[in-house]
Amino acid sequence: MDRSLLEGDPHSILEAMAICGYCIGADKGLIYIRAEYPLAIHRLQVAIQQAEEYGLLGKDILGTGFNFEIELRYGAGAFVCGEETALIHSMEGKRGEPTFKPPFPAQSGYLGKPTNVNNVETYANIPVIINKGADWFASIGTEKSKGTKVFALAGKINNVGLIEVPMGITLREIIYEIGGGIKGGKKFKAVQTGGPSGGCLTEKHLDTPIDYDSLVAAGSMMGSGGMIVMDEDDCMVAIAKFYLGFTVDESCGKCTPCRVGNRRLLEILTKITDGKGTMEDLEELKNLSAVIKDTALCGLGQTSPNPVLSTINNFWDEYVEHVTEKKCRAGQCKALKKYMIDPAKCKGCTACARACPVSAISGTLKNPHVINQLDCIKCGTCVEKCKFGAITVR
Amino acid sequence: MVGPKVKISESNFLKIKEICESFDNNPGELINVLHKTQEHFGFLPEEVQQVVADCLGIPVGRVYGVVSFYSFFTMKPKGKYAISVCLGTACYVKGAEKILDALKSELKISEGGVTDDGKFSLDVLRCVGACGLAPVMTINGKTYGRLVPEHVKEILAEYAE
Repeated sequence: MDRSLLEGDPHSILEAMAICGYCIGADKGLIYIRAEYPLAIHRLQVAIQQAEEYGLLGKDILGTGFNFEIELRYGAGAFVCGEETALIHSMEGKRGEPTFKPPFPAQSGYLGKPTNVNNVETYANIPVIINKGADWFASIGTEKSKGTKVFALAGKINNVGLIEVPMGITLREIIYEIGGGIKGGKKFKAVQTGGPSGGCLTEKHLDTPIDYDSLVAAGSMMGSGGMIVMDEDDCMVAIAKFYLGFTVDESCGKCTPCRVGNRRLLEILTKITDGKGTMEDLEELKNLSAVIKDTALCGLGQTSPNPVLSTINNFWDEYVEHVTEKKCRAGQCKALKKYMIDPAKCKGCTACARACPVSAISGTLKNPHVINQLDCIKCGTCVEKCKFGAITVR
Repeated sequence: MVGPKVKISESNFLKIKEICESFDNNPGELINVLHKTQEHFGFLPEEVQQVVADCLGIPVGRVYGVVSFYSFFTMKPKGKYAISVCLGTACYVKGAEKILDALKSELKISEGGVTDDGKFSLDVLRCVGACGLAPVMTINGKTYGRLVPEHVKEILAEYAE
């Protein structure tokens, strides 16, 4: 989303930064950009050069006596650098570890100087607001969230891509009208918003108007503007585990709740998806999540349990099913899969038994075969080999 | 500074010196210096980090701290063709793990590994910002999208020599 702005209209960001500099009395702006976005970097470099040639950046801009220059700083692959204090440390050439606030960057930021940190999308709104007026901007959106929002719509949906919508639009409109509904006619299950710090919303949220506050009230957040649609084939416990895997990788390790707590959450989730979870584990997930939220140092740690809590709140039944029935209704958790041969359909051709890499299938020619569940490694080879559709997966 | 404290060729030493000087030997530019250095050498071995530290006048521990913190920097050489599989959420729900598995079995290496002939290396990364094309992988910066495991063989064949 921000990448599309930097690639598609880099001048809007430069203009907004110059305006911001003018307002707060700064003469230097820095853009922190991910090294993974080479095209955006190239276009920003071109745009900065063009703006300098036109005298829109540099010394004495448009004869006003106002000076403003913009430099690029590159990230190097660390998610935590989205947190403003970590971002500032990274721009200073240090490890991107966050520090406690206060002091806020506005008091002591880059090289200890007062610093204003803004998001790319925020800046992109500035030139339009100034040109068309605040009333125009405020006429779009909801009471508390004005204007439009760009979402990266992705996942199990027919039309994927970037969408710009007015604040206050419902998820139903986004998913079914703009997104063209769920791929392959499958059933909608959840939509994840806000990235690894956000949460999952469900069918009951489909008609909630989307704005900053309503998403937080529903246990998620606007965050990155990512909107990932999931269908009935996605396991919500596995999704929570996926996010925690990410957080554990990306935790900077500075504070204990995030470094150790998230690892414990991941271990419990892994235990559950391996079919070894207990009801006490589910309680522990809730308790530990609350502790991490309360005690972690920065935004990354404080929001990292969100995917766990929102899936527990909205898909409690699915967690309980994994624990008590050792069943994954989406069929995603490999350890919980059960392969079975329907004796009525099995012709006893022996194809599956010959293909099984661990010889877990027994039976004689022309008689129904049986899978020994203790030996089965759930590789799925037998399903591929069966010409009669006699093997089912539960 | 008189010369390199570690074993490194004269030309490599001068190259690093030149990169650091292009950033005015400013320690605040450490990340940019490392980007340029890695671009040149392909990776950042200990010797290179020592020379960077000397040029910028900072302890080598600080350089190592930064190199090891950021996933973009590597102390191991990558393959001639560096493959990165995106494991962002959109790619994950669209089956990126299956693409990764197909690559692993085709190349017979695991994540972070390099093939014996040094041709391919395999890594995972988090979101290349191409969620509409999920699942996505990149080979030396070239993006391949909307992948299914069957594509893997064909794509690798493009790099046959």
